[in-house]
Amino acid sequence: MTAQLPTAGFRDPEFARRLGRRHRAGTWYKWICFAAAAVGVLTLAVLLTDVLIDGARRLSPEFLSSFPSRRPESAGIKAALWGSIWMISLTALMAFPLGVGAAIYLEEYAARNWLNRLIEVNIANLAGVPSIVYGLLGLELFVRALGFGRSLLAGSATMALLILPVIIIASREAIRAVPGSIREASYALGASRWQTTRHHVLPSAFAGILTGTILALSRAIGETAPLIMIGALTFIAFVPEGVLDPFTALPIQIFNWVSRPQPGFHVNAAAGILVLLAVLLLMNSVAIVLRNRFQRKW
Amino acid sequence: MSAAPGPATPVPVVAPAPPAGRFKAAGNALEIRDVSVYYGDVHAVKNVSLDIPTRAIVAMIGPSGCGKSTLLRSLNRMNDLVVSARVEGQVLFRGENLIGRGVDPVEVRRRIGMVFQKPNPFPKSIYDNVAFGPRINGMPGDMDEIVETSLRQAALWEEVKHRLRESALGLSGGQQQRLCIARALAVKPEILLLDEPASALDPIATAKIEELLKELQREYTIVIVTHNMQQAARVSDLTAFMYLGRLMEYNVTDDIFTNPRVRETEDYITGRFG
Repeated sequence: MTAQLPTAGFRDPEFARRLGRRHRAGTWYKWICFAAAAVGVLTLAVLLTDVLIDGARRLSPEFLSSFPSRRPESAGIKAALWGSIWMISLTALMAFPLGVGAAIYLEEYAARNWLNRLIEVNIANLAGVPSIVYGLLGLELFVRALGFGRSLLAGSATMALLILPVIIIASREAIRAVPGSIREASYALGASRWQTTRHHVLPSAFAGILTGTILALSRAIGETAPLIMIGALTFIAFVPEGVLDPFTALPIQIFNWVSRPQPGFHVNAAAGILVLLAVLLLMNSVAIVLRNRFQRKW
Repeated sequence: MSAAPGPATPVPVVAPAPPAGRFKAAGNALEIRDVSVYYGDVHAVKNVSLDIPTRAIVAMIGPSGCGKSTLLRSLNRMNDLVVSARVEGQVLFRGENLIGRGVDPVEVRRRIGMVFQKPNPFPKSIYDNVAFGPRINGMPGDMDEIVETSLRQAALWEEVKHRLRESALGLSGGQQQRLCIARALAVKPEILLLDEPASALDPIATAKIEELLKELQREYTIVIVTHNMQQAARVSDLTAFMYLGRLMEYNVTDDIFTNPRVRETEDYITGRFG
């Protein structure tokens, strides 16, 4: 009387049949997801190629160092490029401390009461408000009420408001990702809340905060609608020298050229897009470099 | 008094006064008087009173959720950081009620250090981990010396003296936990609270920590929460057994383990529940 062991051998045909189906489903799924990922990359590639074909011949040192002109061949992007650089720097100067400060308050200090919940919900909603609405606000508040005029300051302040919610949300995520055990360790040594935030929470969250901020700034540098709204769509043939100077920006200049009837200006627009994309890629690479630098603490 | 659900509310044999013996003369480092802790509506620690004699090692044991960690964390105001927590009663330290309104938790935590269950070194160098506390508290003296003394006290100096500037995250779990002890000692506390300090460590690292506690007893009063009854029996002078938020029995460790007076204590230490 020996115990009867299963005699079917290793392969169970019924199981094997189903296993084949499972593997096929997995393969299908992989390719569908790959296609989804490819859409984004392909779009960018087509866009870049198209713009390169149109605009590459106009790209030259002269294009970067000339002011706009009535003749497309001699028109350049200098005013818009410097306008954008000025604007984005001022925007960063305003939005970064405000955004990080708000995030620190909401994560580290705020009690869970109705007022703070209201603030949170509103920040989330503000992130979804169309940029043209910010333009209207900027026009009324900065250009008119505060008397900044159609200046860099008005444009940057508007942009700062526009990207503030994004910076706050990104910074809060980064701060929240800092493990609670680090905070506890700090408090247990007699650190105050600010010392804990300053010495442990912020350094650990810095990479995330920086990445979020630079991505938000990349959005700001491509924004057109709010700038048109506050009146930056004008003929500017100089580089701004102070925050109260009128200015123009890259997307505005591109918009301006595209709307001209002469085909020469369309070539300029394509070249302008290349410059804008280059600036964007540069900012994103800076974000990546900074993130890696601060993440690798040791 | 509301009865706890489940088993009938056990009747504790509370002995808040320090049991007689060699600790009588030393006086009390902490006197816990009628302390209750609530998390929202949950009454997690119920009217606990007990004395912690100076330079004693007091172990707190009991099944999960019995409130021993919660009680420990209310001794240095760590529960202030939990939004829903509310602490009532008195924790007397040199005549001052530490959980009173006028007392700054920052000062309490400087005087009463804490080591946590999972080693939590800062992602900084070994040196900076130890130096952080003295720096932020503005302690006088030569920092190199403070760091060396603290690391020696934690029996870690010989292992790390050649790599003080390297990341603390490169240390083993047991070394990290001893670093956390050194870090706590660096601010010169009088009492050291340890919340299951060896539960994430292997037996050899655990033995080192236990040896270290015996060593530290010469200068510090130590309260240790542990799940491990052998550990409580090995290291502590006095043991408090908690159950369902109450202090059930508090006595000299040898007596608790050989001659428990409450049925729940006996059931727990013989492994019938928990």
